Amino acid sequence: MEMRMGLSVHIIRRLLLVVPMLIGVTLLTFTVSRVVPADPLAVIVSEKAMDHPDIVAAAVRKWGLDKPLPQQYLYYLWNLAHGDLGVSFKTKRPVAQDLAQYLPATVELAVASLLFAMAIGLPLGILAAVRSGSWIDHLARLISLLGASMPPFWSGLMALFLFYFKLQLLPGPGRIDSRAVAPHTITGLYLLDTFLLGDMNAFADALHHLILPSVILGWFTLALVCRITRSSLLEVLRMDYIRTARAKGLHERVVLLRHALRNAFIPTLTTLGLAFAGLMTGAIMTETIFAWPGIGRYAVEAAVNLDYPAVLGTTLLIAVIYIFVNLVVDILYGVIDPRIREA
Amino acid sequence: MGVGRIVRSSQSPWARGLRTLIRNRMAMAGAAVILIWVIVAIAAPWIAPYDALAQKVEDRLSPPSPRHLFGTDELGRDVFSRVVYGARISLPVGLVVILFSMLMGALVGALAGYFGGAFDLLVMRVADITLAFPSIVLALAIASVLGPSLKNAVIAMILVWWPEYARLMRGQVLSVKHEDYVMAAQSVGVPQRRILARHIIPNTSAPIVIKASLDAGSAILNIAALSFIGLGAVPPTPEWGAMISLGRFKFYQWWLTTFPGLAVLSVVLGFNFLGDGLRDAFDPRLRSA
Repeated sequence: MEMRMGLSVHIIRRLLLVVPMLIGVTLLTFTVSRVVPADPLAVIVSEKAMDHPDIVAAAVRKWGLDKPLPQQYLYYLWNLAHGDLGVSFKTKRPVAQDLAQYLPATVELAVASLLFAMAIGLPLGILAAVRSGSWIDHLARLISLLGASMPPFWSGLMALFLFYFKLQLLPGPGRIDSRAVAPHTITGLYLLDTFLLGDMNAFADALHHLILPSVILGWFTLALVCRITRSSLLEVLRMDYIRTARAKGLHERVVLLRHALRNAFIPTLTTLGLAFAGLMTGAIMTETIFAWPGIGRYAVEAAVNLDYPAVLGTTLLIAVIYIFVNLVVDILYGVIDPRIREA
Repeated sequence: MGVGRIVRSSQSPWARGLRTLIRNRMAMAGAAVILIWVIVAIAAPWIAPYDALAQKVEDRLSPPSPRHLFGTDELGRDVFSRVVYGARISLPVGLVVILFSMLMGALVGALAGYFGGAFDLLVMRVADITLAFPSIVLALAIASVLGPSLKNAVIAMILVWWPEYARLMRGQVLSVKHEDYVMAAQSVGVPQRRILARHIIPNTSAPIVIKASLDAGSAILNIAALSFIGLGAVPPTPEWGAMISLGRFKFYQWWLTTFPGLAVLSVVLGFNFLGDGLRDAFDPRLRSA
């Protein structure tokens, strides 16, 4: 009972922390959009629309631009609360609507990358720690260092050159074959949609298109997962209770699986928040290379075209997702490790 | 340090760390790569056979050959010379980003940690909020609002990076603030500024410097990424990320992207090898068995 109490207190405390963080990030995007630019109006109204006094007047009214800054912030929050991120200069549609359309592609890519990173990174990290100093440890280190050092926009191009252009093993950019029609939208996740529709050819096509970008994007996360798993497992293996378990004559596999890994996974879990930041950073580059219609590519195109409402809207959305990912990770952390709840 | 660990007292931790570092082959290889690139950057006019901006239309898009080691681009510019001159951009720009982020973050973090109070509360909340954004996402937004140029990309990177240093430095300062030697200095009336400069900062800066060396690679990478997108160095500049961008999807002219990419990769790998070795050598908590 007491334990259950501790956990719910932990969750409530953590939930309450989200409010100031949300205020903080909106305050920051507000600052970037209203205080940094010389003319805040130019961040809301496109150059072409500036010639229309009625559009300008409407924007000034809607965003309270004639009011002092603190009041403008309240206008900003009010509009945000109504899901209004402004209108994209380029697509002429509400930014929120654009983001809703592009988000599923990013989610699909990010989930596939994370699965790839965990599937390879965890076993590699464990092996590297158990056989510390062996060739597999060196290999793991090399893979991690390459993952952290390779520009994703370059490795993506190189992978396309090799597997698409030279070997013709995998398809080129895009989510599906350019001659195919996009599946009817149910969730926006092509793998899921094609599966639900029972279109196995399209499913295989979407899966094929997902391989290269998710490997390129997941590599950085793989490096992170592998490194943290290795170092935390090494630390745990030096603990007294591991020595006790071994002294009792337990089989090495039991020592590893039952005693060591459970504790070694805690730091790996906490890095998932960090991994998400890495995925978003990587998604910006990877989506650009692979013509992947997600929010990363949307943000890049918007940034280059100086489509400010779109850039700032995407930035804010990513930050908010990031906050909630960290929230989930922290709550899980408390579930797994009771010591955290006390703090 | 854990009880029961035998520490040879005849050696200072610095000497011990330095020896570990020198014996670390990967770290030394990294240092060698960085050194080579520094020499290339300094000696660029003597190494590059052509002017990095000179166009020669009749030679356009020619593959690597003895005359053009790395081939030529679509304006007939020599890719090898451009890669060589690119070192003059990427290295100093990466260094500036890290140096300013470090100085700004360390200063703010030290002041916040030492004096505490409202200043501490304010700047650390600003730091928290900034760190709530994945760094390149926020840098993208700032660089775009400021307008695309290499200078603005650098400013954007510094603005999103200093909080990491501030947080680290603040933690360091808090951990030594109540040490005897600081108390002793305070009790004999040494001015605060002098205590910070002479006693606190020298005793807290090692992790900051290690972090800076680990981050140098990422700084170069991120600047290349912003230039690749089109928010950093502008066209005729021989910047590696911008060069890769020019050659993208020109699969028949593979040399356009391959060589500048290898340049970025080797520099970043060099910094990561060295940074890794520095951390292993000077941060005993992370040293592996």
